[in-house]
Amino acid sequence: MDAAKRYFRSPAAVIGLILLLLVIAMAVSAGFLYPRDPLALAGRPLVWPFSNPRFLLGTDNSGRDIAAQIFYGARISLLIGGVATMIAILIGILVGAFAGYYGGWVDNVLMRITEAFQTLPNFVLLLVLVAVFGSTLTTVTIAVGVVSWPAPARLTRAEFLSLRNREFVQAGKTLGMKDVQLILGEILPNALPPVIVYASVVMAVAILLESALAFLRLSDPNVASWGNLIGLGRDVLRVQWYVSAIPGIAILVTVLAVSLVGQGLNDALNPRLKSR
Amino acid sequence: MSEMVLSLDGLTVRLPKGADRPHALSDVSLSVASNKILCVVGESGSGKSMMANAIMRLLPHEVTIERGRMMFDGRDLCAADSAEMRDVRGAGIAMIFQEPMTALNPLRTIGDQIGEMFAIHTGLSKTEINARVEALLEDVRIPDPTAAAKAYPHELSGGQRQRAMIAMALALDPKLLIADEPTTALDVTTQAQILKLIRDLQQRKKTAVLFITHDFGVVAEIADRVVVMQHGAIVEQGTADKVLNDPQHAYTKQLISAVPPLTAPPPRILSGKDILTIEGVSKTYRTGGFLGRGARITEAVKNVSLRLPRGATLGIVGESGSGKSTLARCIVRLIDPDTGSIVLDGKDWAKLDRDEIRRETRHIQMVFQDPFASLNPRRKAAELVAQGPIVHGTDRATAIAEARKLFELVGLDPSAGDRYPHEFSGGQRQRIGLARALALKPDVLVADEPVSALDVSVQAQVLKLLAGLRQQLGLSIIFITHDLRVAAQICDLVAVMKDGAVVEQGLTAEVFGKPQHPYTQALLSAIPGGAFAREHDTATV
Repeated sequence: MDAAKRYFRSPAAVIGLILLLLVIAMAVSAGFLYPRDPLALAGRPLVWPFSNPRFLLGTDNSGRDIAAQIFYGARISLLIGGVATMIAILIGILVGAFAGYYGGWVDNVLMRITEAFQTLPNFVLLLVLVAVFGSTLTTVTIAVGVVSWPAPARLTRAEFLSLRNREFVQAGKTLGMKDVQLILGEILPNALPPVIVYASVVMAVAILLESALAFLRLSDPNVASWGNLIGLGRDVLRVQWYVSAIPGIAILVTVLAVSLVGQGLNDALNPRLKSR
Repeated sequence: MSEMVLSLDGLTVRLPKGADRPHALSDVSLSVASNKILCVVGESGSGKSMMANAIMRLLPHEVTIERGRMMFDGRDLCAADSAEMRDVRGAGIAMIFQEPMTALNPLRTIGDQIGEMFAIHTGLSKTEINARVEALLEDVRIPDPTAAAKAYPHELSGGQRQRAMIAMALALDPKLLIADEPTTALDVTTQAQILKLIRDLQQRKKTAVLFITHDFGVVAEIADRVVVMQHGAIVEQGTADKVLNDPQHAYTKQLISAVPPLTAPPPRILSGKDILTIEGVSKTYRTGGFLGRGARITEAVKNVSLRLPRGATLGIVGESGSGKSTLARCIVRLIDPDTGSIVLDGKDWAKLDRDEIRRETRHIQMVFQDPFASLNPRRKAAELVAQGPIVHGTDRATAIAEARKLFELVGLDPSAGDRYPHEFSGGQRQRIGLARALALKPDVLVADEPVSALDVSVQAQVLKLLAGLRQQLGLSIIFITHDLRVAAQICDLVAVMKDGAVVEQGLTAEVFGKPQHPYTQALLSAIPGGAFAREHDTATV
């Protein structure tokens, strides 16, 4: 519980956590506050924020409530962020653990594949995947996850490389443990903290990737997402800039929250790195 | 009475809140005379290194000098500002450290780093500096000083690096040399050479030396005066002769009696039956090279044959790089030997495949050197001990219950099982490691330097425990160590290894009493304070 205490000692980490909880609260409460379909037409198009109490944040160019879209968009962003991160971390840990533990040709093959993925720009790869497999919510989420795994894989591999020759792993070997037991039971728990911290970076990037995709109108158009809203606002950017700005702020806040939480976790889980 | 170079007067150093004690040093008063060696002895945590850092004013950030004076060269170092301290460091007081590899910058040549001392503190020209550097390296008797000056730290051996450090420390003829465990990381023969070198240089240059060590053997070898520290306070000080031969304080007595005597205990009757026979085991490493060209070949273990009678303890002694640890790992098959046979109870262990090893491994278990690295930090102690039986099919509850019984056997509180490894001291962790190995009820225990990382008094306890368990459980033990004093205490048989080969083996009393091979003789004569250890032995018996 030392880690929790250390976490709450940092004001930045606490602010990050509060912001993140706020975004989660938005996602949870969307259904109660805006029971109607957020993509349904609600009023006149392009109502400025705070000018009509019915539409607190105004309406977009086709007359849909921006506030409702922001609330529902939180769900999509968290969903894509969370699931894509899990996919990326899972693939990353698997690849990294095997490469780091076995070394030799296994390491060589897996790391060359990782490098192949890493040398391609993330976003270009994502565009290709979406172009080939279509842009439903599921494919977009999986695609974002699939382009984000190389960095966690390298991180896990580095941890495994340094841990696999520790005496406690050798002790496990002399006790007669199988490789799987050694990898999962002995090494992985010790290798995990930096990877968990890195997951926050992956999550922030995943949210941004989806938004960027939506901005190019290549994300799933049938869900209310922040990126879609920004994409719509592009057409009226010069005059009704708020259509793009409001979801932009939402993305900013969410990514900031996730990063602050990640930084806080880092300091809490690796106290020695920050001895000042 | 000679002139005092440094005198500490009531020095008290405060530790940050949350440390295990409020003061790192409390009320320490001592003085170092010119042309004399003062040894500060104490176990880990006694504050001896903190004192060296306090004198150099190199204390960690939250550690502060609370009160006291440190008079050096007519001024109080406690009151000196950082500009004054820069003048004192290096030129007035020089320091050498335990691990020369980390104290030297790996990216710069030795000559460059020594020359820096002159560049900072004097206005000598480049050619003069180079000449001085070479003269210094010659002083510390590095072979081929010209080449050594151009070498990078990794290109020198541990002993040579420490010589280079000493050359650097003595570059500006400091009045005081602080040596913080300078020989602890070195092999025993190298240690003897470095001790002799420090002694010679000190006498030639009339330097005062503050020598920090945990080893009473080293004290006996080198000290003029001795200060004994415990928990940050001085418990006894006096001339070396007086403290060593007529200790007054109980703690000093305890430390001295914990120094392992050099002669073997009376031989035990050994079983005629061998439990483990090792025949012609070799292990060769090849690194680098392409398609076999330009590869570096290291013969870590060369054609080693040993036998271990049932119930006996076989010591394998040697310096670092002698292949003793590789051999131990070959025996438990953490490393696969290239050739040879390892027969345990009629089964050739060297020929088993992975699955068979996993099944058979409970007959032969290993205890590791580093009590900090050998326990998984994320598992509770009882779990660690129960792991082995669980892997071999015992159900979890039974295994945990048995683990608690084992705790008692190795002298730990059974309730300690719920704690994590970092909550234990080094000696306690080594007991957990031992319990883990014993949980599988092995016939043979391979112990790789099990006491090397421990303080001398803890070392004695763990050795006693091992000897007791050997009797109680009928264990046969292979005991790897670099410390001949430890080997003499516990081993029935010893094998001396050098460069991967066994050069001499036999009964401990015979090998240590009448060493045949020149290398064994060199090892035995290099033991620090050898004469003292022998005397001390006859005195205690």
